[in-house]
Amino acid sequence: MTEVRVPVTHESDVVVVRREVRTLASTLGFSSGELAVIATAVSEIARNIVVYAKRGEVVLSLVENGARKGVRVVARDYGPGIPDLSLAMKDGWSTAKGLGLGLPGARRLMDEFDVVSEVGKGTIVTMTKWSR
Amino acid sequence: MVALQESMDDADLERLRADLAERVGSTRSAGLVLDVSALDVMDSFSTRMLLGIVNVAELRGADAVIVGIQPDVAFAMVQLGITLEGVHTALDLEEGLVLLAQRRRKRAR
Repeated sequence: MTEVRVPVTHESDVVVVRREVRTLASTLGFSSGELAVIATAVSEIARNIVVYAKRGEVVLSLVENGARKGVRVVARDYGPGIPDLSLAMKDGWSTAKGLGLGLPGARRLMDEFDVVSEVGKGTIVTMTKWSR
Repeated sequence: MVALQESMDDADLERLRADLAERVGSTRSAGLVLDVSALDVMDSFSTRMLLGIVNVAELRGADAVIVGIQPDVAFAMVQLGITLEGVHTALDLEEGLVLLAQRRRKRAR
């Protein structure tokens, strides 16, 4: 199974993650519009790592569910965690320098979205986009 | 006219913002065109930075217009929930310059 692991510690890594997810997802025949959607979601999540947690990684892989194929993104960080997830999932809520669209925006862009966070330990965001 | 590069990170954009704020004054610029056609992603962070550049330029007395948002990028921005309220955008550099000229005429009136 193809798996691409990208350490994320600096803003420049966000560009790397975007490029890697495009490369991987394009093997599944996503349209250019869908690739932009995936790259945007991944960009938001990778930025969150840099801005809030400073240190983490993004793991990209191809997944299958019956006849469907998709790209899965797991973003893991070792940051402060999110104390109030329901607040963080609200549009317009931001504690740092975004527009407050990061998590809810990424959820809209992807087919599946899950976030697990523990204060003091870190956050794991898992999201999947299925090819049509 | 400033063309943004795909590989620009936030630190580059922050430098650009400071640089442009200074140069709008030193060159007595009446207008600023920000060309984002090379960007394959505009997420909430880069959008916020871009809006900052526009606001600073306009506070310094130059009209600013963003040109060249790619169709795929625009589609993803809409889904993400980004709106560019109060910001002037145009299809490309040519249209951007037309828009700036119009705004300039309106101001002169």
